[in-house]
Amino acid sequence: MFEFCSDPEALERLRWFACYLSNGKHMAFYASFGTVMVLLAITAPVAMAFGFAGASAARSRILPIRWLGKGYTAIVRGVPDIVFFLFFVIALDQAFEWMRHQIKCPDWADPIRQGNDFIVCGAAKLPLNTAPQWIHETYGFFLAVLTFAIVFGAFAANVLFGAMRAVPMAQLETAAAYGMSERQTFWRVLVPQMWLYALPGLSNLWLILVKATPLLFLLGVEDIVYWARELGGFVNPRFTDYPHGDWRLFYFLGLLVFYLFLTWGSERVLARLTKRLSHGQATMGGEAARREAQA
Amino acid sequence: MKKLVLTTAAMALMAGTALADGHAVVRLGTEGAYAPWNFVNDAGEIDGFERELGDELCTRAELTCEWVKNDWDSIIPNLLSGNYDAIIAGMSITAEREEVIDFTQAYTPPDPSAYVALDASVDLENGVIAAQTSTIQASFIADKGWTLIEFASPEDTVAAVRNGEADAVLADKSFLDTVAGTDGLVMLERMEAIGGGVGMGLRESDADLRAKFDAAISDMKADGTLNTMIAKWEVASQW
Repeated sequence: MFEFCSDPEALERLRWFACYLSNGKHMAFYASFGTVMVLLAITAPVAMAFGFAGASAARSRILPIRWLGKGYTAIVRGVPDIVFFLFFVIALDQAFEWMRHQIKCPDWADPIRQGNDFIVCGAAKLPLNTAPQWIHETYGFFLAVLTFAIVFGAFAANVLFGAMRAVPMAQLETAAAYGMSERQTFWRVLVPQMWLYALPGLSNLWLILVKATPLLFLLGVEDIVYWARELGGFVNPRFTDYPHGDWRLFYFLGLLVFYLFLTWGSERVLARLTKRLSHGQATMGGEAARREAQA
Repeated sequence: MKKLVLTTAAMALMAGTALADGHAVVRLGTEGAYAPWNFVNDAGEIDGFERELGDELCTRAELTCEWVKNDWDSIIPNLLSGNYDAIIAGMSITAEREEVIDFTQAYTPPDPSAYVALDASVDLENGVIAAQTSTIQASFIADKGWTLIEFASPEDTVAAVRNGEADAVLADKSFLDTVAGTDGLVMLERMEAIGGGVGMGLRESDADLRAKFDAAISDMKADGTLNTMIAKWEVASQW
């Protein structure tokens, strides 16, 4: 990075740190913060969509759809996350490849399952063997997002399902009395009001999601916790220009600060959101807002 | 979201246009946390004995190779599902693993495993021994019926001894050589002869690729370059 870094042993302390903290390994560490933030930014809305679909399905009038919604939340919530991450991602990947195999190589004679191996034709591999490494990484990242979305979507579905039931019956009856159809009642009365009831549960989920990202390394995506361990661990002077002892404590303290800031920021946003959603609601929060406006 | 859609579209496009050829690029999977075998260097790249060996083997077999880092825990499942084509991660050849994957011939001879502890007079049988999960050392301790604690990474097993959580750690001698002598860690005289040499792991259905790597390893053994490389990185005894 800096010119004076060519001989780290001769450096005085400040410059040593400047060089140490700007080597390639640290750059990968800083980049992984971006990975985590992008993952959160994509996963949260996708999981919310899964949750909304799950909750809507769970209160459908059509029995098979209701089963689907209830089954989704019950099964996913019941399976440990780590099992999901070890098994499900590989299964998902194989499912995609199997489908592509059926389409692209209809005259393939060999069986796909040979003992333990899962073999599809070259054209069906996802990503292709010839693809550059960044495509492989993006694909892994995409699988991670999908898995996170499915897992957290199930929890969100349960929260939203409860929130939908918490909207006062009188509201829905009034809507019906005004001549709204069921669909209109759902979109115009139920959904706008349920968010307030869903918010505490959803904010919990968000904070759990923020801290669940170390599971990423199981999928080959290198996140901040992986790099903190890797960088903080003891390195033999033979293999590095910057030998140091076990510094994991300092790296993890750094992560602690990062996570605290993230949590603090989330809390502020959520508090504002709660206040906003409380307006006009027949709740204590709504009442307080009304009085404040009057005073 | 937009980014996601874009990359998915890009992937689909590439998948459609690129020609499929069995092993145009051979992807090598490694752990990147097991110096001197394989580790991540200051520049953030995979380095070590197996990096150098793998690159040399690929040159000799006229293959284009690419390196992939993968957690030890999921290194075999990800090979089987085709995320990479070979494991080159200091993996000892054992009968248990042979049932699931295939190995090339060994590129390092069978070497004893060693113990490292804070105190040379530690009582192994009644102490707590640390080892990495799913390694020959972990199953060795388990078979002996001693108290075993397992860790996901090699670094953690040594850290457990340093902070007193475990009394000793059992691992490949070459790995422990890199930590013995630091922070009061000493290597015990006692060694355990376990493992049958280290080889590359491949899918059982990938006989062609295995033959290519096998030939390249024989080649390197014959002209002595493998021994030179082993000596340079101090990973094992000579052939």
